[in-house]
Amino acid sequence: MNKRSFVSITDYSKEKMLKILDYAAEFEANPNRDTLANKVVATLFFEPSTRTKLSFETAINRLGGKVIGFSDASTTSSSKGESLKDTIVMVSNYADLIVIRHPLDGAARYASEVADIPVINAGDGSNQHPTQTMLDLYSIKKTQGTLENLNIVMVGDLKYGRTVHSLLMAMSHFNPSFTFIAPDELKMPDEYKQFCYEKGIKYHEESELKDISNADILYMTRVQKERFQDIIEYEKVKNIYTLRNKMLDNTKPTMRVLHPLPRVNEIDTDVDANEKAYYFKQAKNGVFARQAIICDALGLI
Amino acid sequence: MLDKKKGLVVVAIENGTVIDQIPPDKLFKVVSILNLDTLDCQITVGNNLKSNKIGTKGIIKITGKYFEPSVINKIALIAPNAKLNIIKDYQVIEKRNIDIPDEINNIIRCANPKCITNNEPVETLFHVIDKENVKVKCHYCERSISQESIIMK
Ligand SMILES: [Zn+2]
Repeated sequence: MNKRSFVSITDYSKEKMLKILDYAAEFEANPNRDTLANKVVATLFFEPSTRTKLSFETAINRLGGKVIGFSDASTTSSSKGESLKDTIVMVSNYADLIVIRHPLDGAARYASEVADIPVINAGDGSNQHPTQTMLDLYSIKKTQGTLENLNIVMVGDLKYGRTVHSLLMAMSHFNPSFTFIAPDELKMPDEYKQFCYEKGIKYHEESELKDISNADILYMTRVQKERFQDIIEYEKVKNIYTLRNKMLDNTKPTMRVLHPLPRVNEIDTDVDANEKAYYFKQAKNGVFARQAIICDALGLI
Repeated sequence: MLDKKKGLVVVAIENGTVIDQIPPDKLFKVVSILNLDTLDCQITVGNNLKSNKIGTKGIIKITGKYFEPSVINKIALIAPNAKLNIIKDYQVIEKRNIDIPDEINNIIRCANPKCITNNEPVETLFHVIDKENVKVKCHYCERSISQESIIMK
């Protein structure tokens, strides 16, 4: 097991998070470097995720590193029945760092234990996607100037949405106030509310996207049809959680709308031109956050 | 244990370990977790015995065998209220409670079918996050599992 692996957001202390964010800002100021010259990074995507793969590979290429890997397990030996362990051990012989995306929960932790090189989790099933959380934090810090004492409003699928759970854990270091807005079927799990309670973090729950005048960050997520047992329930709620431009009228001037993307219909396209819409810039920030995370995993910063 | 009317319920042992107050439905799980079926020492197993404390109980007496706490604590997940008696020369020289360990290695199965441990030959590992209510968290998929959902391997 390599101690520099980044599998879960809880692998980072508050200090470590802040350090990574500082480095991300430096990479944003000067993204093209040769820090990864002579380094080979394996991007192993056992399920396709074009967006995440492009972001990681852009980060690696801008740092002068080389990329090996695959983008779909159906083209690899694992489709011939090779175990994950064997694939990881083999790739450990070739590369300096592994970036892994896998459909099974816990696959990245397991990979980090069988590899003797560091492993970065680019999403393991419905469990963790910690580099997404770091780019969310970077976006929040960049737009608000701080991570401390912010009002974070989370909207949509708060039950299965791993990005909101990880963001909640990460923000817990910075004295936030949360508002959870979700339909009954997709409410924030008790486990996370209990976590807030134990940490003394203020939160309240609502079932409609109405009063967001106090929000510093509006974190939108996708409400997916397949999450509903009852399709009629989905039809009832799907439009309640759609953000439209006029709903931003009475919000703070510094408020920003974030979304892990891809969006479907939960943010109307009429929001895109509003200066409060930040989701596309947020995706761009992913490259800088990942540059910092990769360099940290390799012990280069 | 010698009852005049009923005769010898469970024989006394000279030296060894007695695990008492086991819930009857957990008795044979305790046998399997401690791998008692692989021991060649004398073992007496009694089940559905009358207990003043828990109604009916199971009891296991293992002659000439003492267990490391780390081994015996494995049964904490299924029989946290069991009692352990260490016997020497027919005397109970030590009574021990079962302590729930901080980590549980390869004894329980993850309840999440999408967990890597249910799809690859991976030893399971759970962190105990609540000893009082016996709540554990999978080291791999990070899912929390409460006592009633715990499945033994
Ligand atoms: Zn698991």
